Formats: sequence, C-alpha cells, structure tokens
Amino acid sequence: MTSLHERPHNGAVGDAVPHESASAHVTGHALYTDDLGVRLSNLLHAWPVQAPHARASVTRMDVSQALNVSGVVRVLTAADVPGANDAGVKGDEALFPTEVMFHGHVVAWVLGDSIDAARLGALAVEVEYEPLPSLISIHDAIAAESFQGAQSTLRRGDIHLGFEGAAHTFEGEFEFGGQEHFYLETNAALAYVDEAGQIFIQSSTQHPSETQEITAHVLGLEASQVTVQCLRMGGGFGGKEMQPHGFAAIAALGSVLTGRPVRLRLNRTQDMTMTGKRHPFHARWKVAFDEGGKLRALSATLTSDGGWSLDLSEPVMARALCHIDNAYYIPHVEVHGRIAKTNKTSQTAFRGFGGPQGMLVIEDILGRCAPLLGIEAHELRRLNFYQPGEATPYGQPVRHAERLEDLWAQLMVSGDFEARHQAVRAFNDSHPHTKRGLAITPVKFGISFNFTAYNQAGALVHVYKDGSVLINHGGTEMGQGLHTKMIQVAATALGVPVNWVRLAPTRTDKVPNTSATAASSGADLNGGAIKNACEQIKERLSDVAAGALGVHPNDVRFEQGLVFPLGHPDKGIDFKTLVHDAYHLRTQLWAAGFYRTPGLHWDRVAMHGEPFKYFSYGAAITEVEVDGFSGLYRMRRVDILQDVGDSLSPLVDIGQVEGGYVQGAGWLTLEELRWDESDGPNRGRLSTQAASTYKLPSFSEMPEVFNVALMERATEDGVVYGSKAVGEPPLMLGISAREALRQAAAAFGPAGREQFLSSPATPEAVFWALEEARQVQGEPVAADD
Amino acid sequence: MDSFTLTVNGQPREVQGARPHTTLLNWLRDGGLTGCKEGCAEGECGACAVLVSRPDGRGGTRLESVNACLVMLPAMNGQEVITAEGIGSPGHLHPVQHEMAVRGGSQCGYCTPGFVVSMAAEYYRPERKDGEHHAPNGFDIHALSGNLCRCTGYRPIQDAAHALGTPPADDTLGTLRTRPAPAPQPLHLSGPDGDFHRPADLPGALELLAEHPDATLLAGGTDWGVEVNIRHARAGVTIAVDGLAELRELEWHDDHVRIGAGLNLTEIERRLDGRIPLMAEWFPQFASRLIRNSATLGGNIGTASPIGDSPPTLLALDASLILASRQGEREVPLFEFFEGYRQTKLQDGELIRAVKIPLPLAPITGFYKYAKRRFDDISSVAVGIAMQLDGNNVSRIRIGLGGVAATPLRALKTEEALTGQPWTERNVREAAALMGQEGTPLSDHRASAKYRAAMLEQALLKFFFEKTEVVRG
Repeated sequence: MTSLHERPHNGAVGDAVPHESASAHVTGHALYTDDLGVRLSNLLHAWPVQAPHARASVTRMDVSQALNVSGVVRVLTAADVPGANDAGVKGDEALFPTEVMFHGHVVAWVLGDSIDAARLGALAVEVEYEPLPSLISIHDAIAAESFQGAQSTLRRGDIHLGFEGAAHTFEGEFEFGGQEHFYLETNAALAYVDEAGQIFIQSSTQHPSETQEITAHVLGLEASQVTVQCLRMGGGFGGKEMQPHGFAAIAALGSVLTGRPVRLRLNRTQDMTMTGKRHPFHARWKVAFDEGGKLRALSATLTSDGGWSLDLSEPVMARALCHIDNAYYIPHVEVHGRIAKTNKTSQTAFRGFGGPQGMLVIEDILGRCAPLLGIEAHELRRLNFYQPGEATPYGQPVRHAERLEDLWAQLMVSGDFEARHQAVRAFNDSHPHTKRGLAITPVKFGISFNFTAYNQAGALVHVYKDGSVLINHGGTEMGQGLHTKMIQVAATALGVPVNWVRLAPTRTDKVPNTSATAASSGADLNGGAIKNACEQIKERLSDVAAGALGVHPNDVRFEQGLVFPLGHPDKGIDFKTLVHDAYHLRTQLWAAGFYRTPGLHWDRVAMHGEPFKYFSYGAAITEVEVDGFSGLYRMRRVDILQDVGDSLSPLVDIGQVEGGYVQGAGWLTLEELRWDESDGPNRGRLSTQAASTYKLPSFSEMPEVFNVALMERATEDGVVYGSKAVGEPPLMLGISAREALRQAAAAFGPAGREQFLSSPATPEAVFWALEEARQVQGEPVAADD
Repeated sequence: MDSFTLTVNGQPREVQGARPHTTLLNWLRDGGLTGCKEGCAEGECGACAVLVSRPDGRGGTRLESVNACLVMLPAMNGQEVITAEGIGSPGHLHPVQHEMAVRGGSQCGYCTPGFVVSMAAEYYRPERKDGEHHAPNGFDIHALSGNLCRCTGYRPIQDAAHALGTPPADDTLGTLRTRPAPAPQPLHLSGPDGDFHRPADLPGALELLAEHPDATLLAGGTDWGVEVNIRHARAGVTIAVDGLAELRELEWHDDHVRIGAGLNLTEIERRLDGRIPLMAEWFPQFASRLIRNSATLGGNIGTASPIGDSPPTLLALDASLILASRQGEREVPLFEFFEGYRQTKLQDGELIRAVKIPLPLAPITGFYKYAKRRFDDISSVAVGIAMQLDGNNVSRIRIGLGGVAATPLRALKTEEALTGQPWTERNVREAAALMGQEGTPLSDHRASAKYRAAMLEQALLKFFFEKTEVVRG
C-alpha cells in the first residue's frame, strides 16, 4: 500500500485526456435518461397538474373528466400512495400536498399514452382551491418573522471589544438574488418493474441512493427492492441532489400501479417553476477596521430565502457562515444565520452550497469600504489574508495559508495587474462615456461535506480473466469529468493503460449507501474508494507475481500493463498473463473499496470544529468595460490561477475552472430570477421561467481573453494522488467580475466614495450604479467633456 | 395525402399520419435519433440544432443550422435533414466532432450535438475566408450564439471552432453542397388535429387564405413554434408560405429596395451585403444565427410584437409594406401598420408580401438594443435612428422605437423637435429629454419602466456622441 497522495511512475493520473464520453457526446450517441424511453414499448408519459396559487388549500379534486380524455390511463393522487406521501427526507415535502405552498406546486400527475394526452388530461383535472395569505419576498418573510429550521450563530472573540475604539466602522445592507441551475437536461426519470419484480428507475440524479430511499418509502418498500441507475446527467450543479427524488417516485408509483413503464421529463418551464434554486440572501452587517485597514470585527445577520420547505437550507446556511470570512482573518466575529420561509420553490444546493453567498457578503463589504478607507480594493484584500497559524472563526486552522499569498502574487504578475491598473486609469481619464474596471478577488473554499457522515464512498472493481477491468463507484457523472478521473485513478492504481478500464453506470445495486455527488468531493471520495479496491486486487496479484518473478511481493511493480521486479522492467510479465495465472491459482480478482475522509469533526450547534479536510485556493482578475449610456458591459479579459493540488486530469480541471467562473459571473451579472410580488392574480408566479426570460451567459459573454492556469507543485497530501477538489471553488472567482463592474461604475464619479451595486449586476443595475456616481459630480459627465 | 417523405442523414424516411403540430425534434427523437435534444423548446438554447439543405442560389446546396424544436414536421416535406449522428460516428469523427472532443468542448455533453451542428454549418459556409471575423480560419463565432452551454464557459468550444480547416475535396457533406437542394414540395395534410397546406404559389396561398381567414401563416416558425411548444397553441389550418417564390424576391430599384417577406434574415443579410448600413448594424443583434436562418422579415412584422426588433429599424428607414390578397396588392406605410397590441392593418385574406425601403438612404444611422445579454436576447428597448443633415441642420430624422408601448412606434415629438434645428449638444440634450417621455413603457422582468425611459434618452445621446461630429453649443 502506498500513501494516498503518492503517484507511481508512469501512471495515467495527471494526463490531459478528453472526457471519457467525448466521442459519444459529439456524435449524439451519449444517452441520457429521457433518451431511453424510445427503447421501451407501451410507455406512459406523465404530466403535472400545477396549482396557480402561491398558497391555497385544495378543497376539492375531481379527476373523472381527465380519465375521459382519450389516451389518459391514470391520474395519480395522494390516495394512490402506498407508503409515505413525502418527497423529501425531513417529512415536510408532501408528494401530493393538501395545501399548495407555491405557485406551480404539483397536486396531481396524469399518465397518458402520449405526452399530449397526459397534458390534455391534466387540463381536465378539476381542482378547487381556497387561496390563503402568502409571503413572497424575503422582506415580507422577515417582517412576518416567518422562519424555518434551526438558526445558528458563528462566533469568535468578543464582538463588542472588536468594535470598541475601532478606527473605522461601517454598516450596511445587501440583498442578492438566487440562481436557476439551468442544467441543459431538465429533470427526468424512467421507471418500470423489471422481470424479477424489482422497481428499476433510470434517473437523472446526483444522489441515486437517496432517490432509491425516497422511492422506497413512497412505495412502502425496502431499499433492496428498488434500484436506481444514473447513466449520466446533462448537468447537475446541485440541482439534482434533492430534486429528482419526487419525480423518480412518481414514475415508479405510476409504473407499479399500471404495470407499464413510465417516463417523466419536465419541460423547461416545469423544471424552473417546480424545482429549487440557489438561495437568495439578505445580509445586514457592521464591520470594523483598524487604522491600517485590517479587519477587526464583523457582525452580521444573514437571512436566506429557503422557499416553502427546508430541503438543504440548513447545511447551505452552515456553509455560508463558514465562508463569510473567505480568505480573511477577522478576530471578532458574530454572524447569525436564519432561513426565511416563503411561498416559492424550495431552494436547494447549487455549486458552492451557500459558500458563494457567504463569500459575496464579505467581498461586497470590502469592495464598498475600500474607497472609504482610502485603500485600493486589491490592497485591502491582500492585507487581510490569513497568515500561517491562524484559524477560521469556527476554529479550523487554515492549512497552507501561505499558498494563497503565493498564488495571489503569481497571478498579479502573470495577469500584469499593476500595469493594467495604470492603463485602466489612463483609459478612464480620457473616456467620458466608457469606463473600465479591473478587480482581483481570492477564494478560499472548504472541502468536505459539513455533515461528517457523508464523507464516505464505495467502489466495486472487477478484473476479468482476460485482464480487462470494470469499475463501479458511488459517484455520478454530470459533466464534471468524475468518471474520466476515476478511470485514470483505476488505471494508475492497477498499473494498466486507461483503455483497459471500462466504467459502468452508477447503480445502487452495485455500490450501496452512497453520498450525493456534491460538495466537490466526488473525486476525493470515490477516487479513494477505487484506489483502495484496486490496491486490494493488486496486493493479491503481487503475491502471485512475486512467485513467478522470484522477488518479494513488495518489490513487484505494475506499470502500463506490465508487471516487473523493482528496477527491472525488462524482466516483466504481461498483466493479462498474470491475471490469467492468478485466476487458475484461485485468486479473488475483484474487490469492494471504501474510503472515509479522516480527521473531520463538526459541532453544528456550536458551529465549531474542523469540518473540512483542506481548503481550495484560487484567485481571478477580471477587466470589464462599461458603456455609460446604457450600463451594457463587456468582459475584456480574465486571468485565473487555481489550486487543484496535483491535477488528476488537467483538461477536465481547466474546464471546471472556466465553466465555474462563467457560471459564477452569470449569477452575479445576467441571471435574474423574478417572482410576481404583486397582489394580482399571478402573485407568487416565477416570471422568469424560460430560456427566453432567464438569461445565462452565452458566447457573447465569454471573456475576450481568458487565461486559466493551475497552480504548479501543489501536492495535497492525504488526498488521492495529491489532487484537490475543483467542482465548486472556481464559481466564486466570478465575484471578481462583479467587483470589476463596481470599479467601472465608480469611475463615472469622484474617487473615495462607497459604490453600491445591486446583485445581479444586470446592465440596468450597472446603469443605475453609474448614474449615482455621475450625479455626485453635480451634473452628467457628458456635459463636462 | 397523409404521408410524405424527407431525407434524414442520407436516408429517405416516409412519414405516415403526420400531425401539423408535431415538431421535427420530437419526430427525430421518437425515431431514435436522440442526439437531438430538447433544452428549452423555444429556440433559445440550440440543443436541438440540425442541418437542413437549402438552395445556395447558384444551383447548389447550403447546409444551414436551424432549431428542430421550432420546425413543424410537415413543413419538411421533401426536404433534407442532417443530425449530429449523420455528421460523424464515434469511430469516424467528423473534423468538427474531433476538435470538440479533444479540446474539452464537451462536459455534460447535452448541448454538444447542437454545437456540433452549428459549428458544422459554419465549417461548410461557402463564404468563409481565412482571416475574416477575427479568426485565422474565418470562423464567425457568432454562428454559435444560439447555442447555450452551462458547463464549459465556451473557451474550448471557441478553440475547437478556430482550429478547423477547410473541408477536403472528398468530404461527404461538402460534396453534398454541389448538387441542387430539394425544392419546397406542395403538401396538403388533413387530419383530426387540423389541416396543413403548403401551396405551390402565391395565388394558391391567397386562395387558401381567403377560404380560411383564421388560418395560421407559417414562415420561419420561430414564433409559431414557441406558441405550439410552450403555450400549446393549435391551428385549425396552417398555411406554409416560406417557400413561395413570390415572397422571396430581393430587388433594387431606383427609388426603393424591395425585400420579400418570406426571406429569412440570414438570406437578407447576405444579399444586402452591408448596403443598408442600419440593417447591417441590426442583423447580428437579432436573436441568433440559428433563429435568423429561419425567421423572416414578414413574420417579425406580422406577429406585431411590441418587442420585435425589425420595426424600430424599418421605421427609421421609413419602410412600407406590400400587402397581398386575392383582391390584389396595396402599400401601407409601416408607420401606420400597427394598430394596437398585436393588431395590424392586415385584413382577412391578406398577407405581407414584401417590405419596401425608400432610396436614397439617410446617411447617418444607428441601432441600439438594450437587453441583458449582448446576443440571443429579447430587447427591453430597441431604437433605430436614421438622419440626414443639411450643413449642421437636421433636414430629416426618423426614430423607430420598440419595447416602450403596445406597438412599435416612431418618436414623433423628438423627430419634430429636431427637424430643421442645428445638430448641437444643447439641442440634442433637449430632444433626448423629450425622447425619454415618448411611449408608455412598463416594468417587467426584463427592465423597469424607468430604465426603458432612460434608455430612450440615452440612445439619442449615444447616437450624437458616437455617430456624429460633436458640435458644442
């Protein structure tokens, strides 16, 4: 056995290989859950009956007219549920509600021979509602003291002492929007009862074990009677961590009741109006700095908008509180977190899981306060970085704190920050109607699930008699390249070429009790489990090889399909021959692997402990140009340096960094969720419920110059092959885009003033920000030039 | 007739019992070509993009990408479609597929077939020349602006596009371009879900329209497809007019240009080739290439959406419309065409045949579109301006506005205030303030009423500072 981080010579990890399904992707041959329906006969299609009220009691439901619609086979209601009428894990998400909790809440599902039949059937279901008072905005919820779940407080030092006699004290408020996942593949499930009576579900889910668990409890079955497979997802981003369960359960229920396979796929509007999103937040804060600009104290109250049920809102808030420090040492901290209950979709996991929200609060504070302190924002940020030996407000030592300082310094040079800073200033002096902004922001993100039990994973590795390898693990593929990395890990651990390793789809009957593929932990956890399984097999093979090669088992080496005595590759035997011989010697050629992250502990009531295995670091520089006539802007250049440890798969990791940045920048710029907050008939309706009204970044928002690099020589010991997680951290690099926009807007006015900027910073928001800056001049800039 | 054929990936496929509202996307998927994906069903994401064969005007074929979710299957009678599966296979990757695969152009892979299709269309674009569009290989990256990716951040996709060479001489799809494209095939489908007609010529279409005044006219389908998919609209009678030769003319006359209402925006852009600068400025900002490959000028005007992008441009150009019916033709100034929210002067049995733009063109023009996203987005406000100066006096100005009232309109008060006046900063500022009060903008999810009004004002200032020589005073 080798230590977890050590890389063997000639291993496949670290190679820049394309995504393992790339050839299938580009030819349209890669299959997704809803592509599988055409392979089945007698398929039924499901369509929801969505309530048109933000909150209401269901007083009567009559499905008889629906059953008269040609092609309608069955209408599913609460009366059909043999087990628990619940789509969640907390018992607070009725699958068929008697009280509608948000506009678009599904009260019944119609099954039909065609999608049109099911849809027309849904229109024919008669439902009477008694509207009830509702809370839509977070402000209304706060005013009504409508909260849910636990409230928690992160505390360190003495907050009063922190503010007492501080050189500078500022306070403010900040409200910012959520984000729709907009995975290109909407939620989908396909269920049937198989030839052995097992409930078999194909589901686009990040958490197959929980999909299995919820389906079983809805059907009144045991987990062993339900199998969930996730072939791949067309994007997840956290949006398929909890949301798929109810849809899988509906498809399974329909299948059990009709004896036919049932396909359920949400169209885009259904997906957007029914499923949870990134939590919008409201923050009220007070901050103290010392004479030199060092943070002394932060007190804040964060309120997230959890929507109608808890879902993952509590752990999301915990992570927000654990990231409000971002990369900065703050001696005195008192931050309260609470979750508003509103009549909206139940907000859920989204890449970063509260981390981005916590971080955004402190970055907004620094961006606003820097001019008031008379310090450049980038200086203020660097000045406050954690130093080696310091700990976070929740008591975790900041390991490798110096790495951020190094990374920052490298990026300042490679991104040519100082020269461009001057150039931007010169440009702004000579351009009255167009201003540029340049900002650099850091990310320090904790890796591991805050909930300690989730930090485990399993794998199943088979070596067949012909030497080919089949691996299974508990993680799911949503585009993040996990399967690619896992193939590289297995090939490395067994010492075979990557093309000898096949990876089979994620299934609950192969690896049970898996954790969600979430928290950026997929490669760390499942990689650990695969490596463990492979090493068990390799140990047995070493014993066999030792005899054949006449050396001690510890001195047998496996590289690229060759097995040889240490130092003598020329005396090697073929891996396939060894496997063949091992079989005849009755050697077990498969193994179940397991991994649990060591060293974690977390007291969620005290908000104290060491919840993270390590921190992931990164920084980004963004330069923008803003048109003073409209607030429209362009991203001129982005430079990123990200610490991914020693990358397992550089092409995959660079892709994660770039994609994360653009998604984060999208959240903070274009992507705007709007609910109808009026008292009109559409109260509570999501008004941005389609691709035409909810805008994600397209090609036109891609930075004109986009330089992304991974930090070199960054081995992380204690993690599989010295790597680090990459899924979530880069999203928060997008904060630099928002800070650059703030800089540009501020440049329309005099220096030294606090520049407020709404979030998302849509062109309209930027226009109002720069108008505010211009007005301070006394009259519009255009008149003075 | 209840059946017809189309060619898919080189193979003729017979369609039996087709319904008028079945989309090409759903039909392809039901037939097992599941590489074609539904991401939005409204032409915004491009996951369903397919190549279609279209006449190149020189006896050959152009391969163009369109959103299959917006194509009604019967409209494809006799036509040819190529999907990502038909471009290459895992064992034989097409150059576009190869570059996308090896450069990390796919992550989750769901949008990828659509990207491959749009990229292939641009790969085969006959006008593509090295060095154009700021690309060594002349690849216009905006050919991909109608394809959304949520994973990559686009950089590797751009790299893949820019790495492409020229199709080799023996390239299968490339050689397809040398034979004639299929012509539109007349069709009449009749069924319980409605009738679908593709008449052979304009008189035939007008005859049908006279008979069925409530019929839905189908051209590019980029609006109707959304109605069908999202709002589940169903038409008793559909009349496809996009292939009618009489609606596809583009002619230059001494005192006007006449543009057929059935031409799609890509064709118009290509055929005008920059000769109407205001339109040249406007085209790239209209939706995406995928949409422009289908959407027609007639459709954009005929739907009478207050946020359609062509009316502000055409109002500034003082355009008029040629309306045709069985009774004959008449000309209506565009300015008078819109009567109310989605209401026009079109009478029963009448359709838009052509758009007339008077010549000579005003020499100074500008188009300003305000939206969250720079491309592939719907305007919150759009402004078209065309101006003639006599010395430094405004001799004539036309300002078209969209998004600030129930109909597109002209900024009449602003035009009047400026006409005959010196083009100076003081006058423009006064007029801009007036322009901010034109229309009756509303607040919605795209923008606030206040922002819309501010953008009217700012558009005139931007036009002044950026398009004309600034005269103080």
